[in-house]
Amino acid sequence: MADTIPGDLKYTKEHEWARVQGKVVVVGVTHHAQESLGDVVYVELPKVGSTVTEGKQFGVIESTKAVSELYSPLSGTVVRVNDALADNPSTVNTDPYGAGWIVEVELSDPKQVDALMDATAYANLLKSA
Amino acid sequence: MTRRTPLNEAHRKLGARMVDFVGWDMPVQYSSVIGEHEAVRTAVGLFDVSHMGEVEFRGPGALETVNALISNDLARISDGQAVYAGLLNEQGTFVDDIVAYRFSPERIFICVNSSNREKDFAWMKEHAKGVQPVDRGDEFAQIAVQGPKAAGLVQRLTKADLSKVGTYRFTEGEVAGVPSIISRTGYTGEDGFELYCSPDGAVKLWDALLTEGQQDGVKPCGLGARDSLRTEMKYALYGNDIDDKHTALEAGLGWIVKLDKPSFIGKDALVAQKAAGVKRKLVGFELTGNGIPRHGYAIHKDGKPVGEVTSGTMGPSVKKPIGIGYVPAELSAEGSTFDVDIRGRAVPAVVVKTPFYKKP
Repeated sequence: MADTIPGDLKYTKEHEWARVQGKVVVVGVTHHAQESLGDVVYVELPKVGSTVTEGKQFGVIESTKAVSELYSPLSGTVVRVNDALADNPSTVNTDPYGAGWIVEVELSDPKQVDALMDATAYANLLKSA
Repeated sequence: MTRRTPLNEAHRKLGARMVDFVGWDMPVQYSSVIGEHEAVRTAVGLFDVSHMGEVEFRGPGALETVNALISNDLARISDGQAVYAGLLNEQGTFVDDIVAYRFSPERIFICVNSSNREKDFAWMKEHAKGVQPVDRGDEFAQIAVQGPKAAGLVQRLTKADLSKVGTYRFTEGEVAGVPSIISRTGYTGEDGFELYCSPDGAVKLWDALLTEGQQDGVKPCGLGARDSLRTEMKYALYGNDIDDKHTALEAGLGWIVKLDKPSFIGKDALVAQKAAGVKRKLVGFELTGNGIPRHGYAIHKDGKPVGEVTSGTMGPSVKKPIGIGYVPAELSAEGSTFDVDIRGRAVPAVVVKTPFYKKP
């Protein structure tokens, strides 16, 4: 499980992950998410400087067959987006926790982090599904 | 109740992801849609298409009976040949699109879409003047073997001489010891065969093709790759690109409509439409902006809705976002431009020559 659910990340029930680095978090989708999506062929990213809200849609991820919404795990301002996904969206499949990251957000309410799942809780969610 | 093909267990053993497809439990992918798509373009892929329906007309006058039901002309082909055709209603729109096999003038065998099996049979029964149809859908499994290495693979498993079976021709023979109709047809744009066999023989045939095909790089392929392959060829999918609201001429399928045939259902409407001019047309387009066109998205011109996307995907071989859709005739010429409404964003698109994919 360790390679598919890294212990140092936080998770949502929508299968996004958040790497918390002080007031800034990097957000992506989990190994489980990319596996269920299948071949990712397009990622619609928010604009740098736009605001995102916890639990609300901030982007779209498309596989060969389906369109899925991306939900923000936390509220804040987008400070960086992974532009490399425009040319290589399949990075989300091959390296979901690394080069396949999606956005970086500066938190407006860092306490929201406490509501996210840790790796154990997320592993239990997947088991119960 | 969910229906299962004879290969259901085989798909599960191969680790397929199964989905409900018009009431059938079918594999959407085994490993990756793009990987399966590529296997068909460069080597060979296997598809379980046992959910398709089969209807047979048998007896004196079978050819004439079917010819009055379909848009193409069985009198123009020989025994051992098949035609793609529309099963049209009086308005010239589609009840279904079908492939009709001419075994002889007294035996016509028809393959219909899984989503339309019951509807088609009822339609044929109601409208057949002469020979009555027999629903043989439960008597056949069907495996499509598609790709540049398909012919070599099937040939190694049969004594039938496949060099004599050209495109849209068929023969009967044993493949891997399983009696089959061996039809050089498909839905991918690649050379290949569709093998009809009894449900009892399906697993044996499937396993033999997988084993023997290893040297060819064979891959089992799901509905995902089937859809991306056919979209790159602009082959119509019933329920997406063709339906009972658009005529065969609007769908750009004039080539399967033989208006010089004495009569068939839908002919009068199509003759009238042809004379009046076809006002909307099904076109293939590429997005020139970012995004992927999808079934149901609106097509806009100068901010006003003028049409609808019927199919779309990121073409794995053409490596571009491609779409199929109905637009007014004045926007149907190659090079015409319009916008696709993707979640409120107007994304520019241009009409291109189809098929989107051409063999290198």
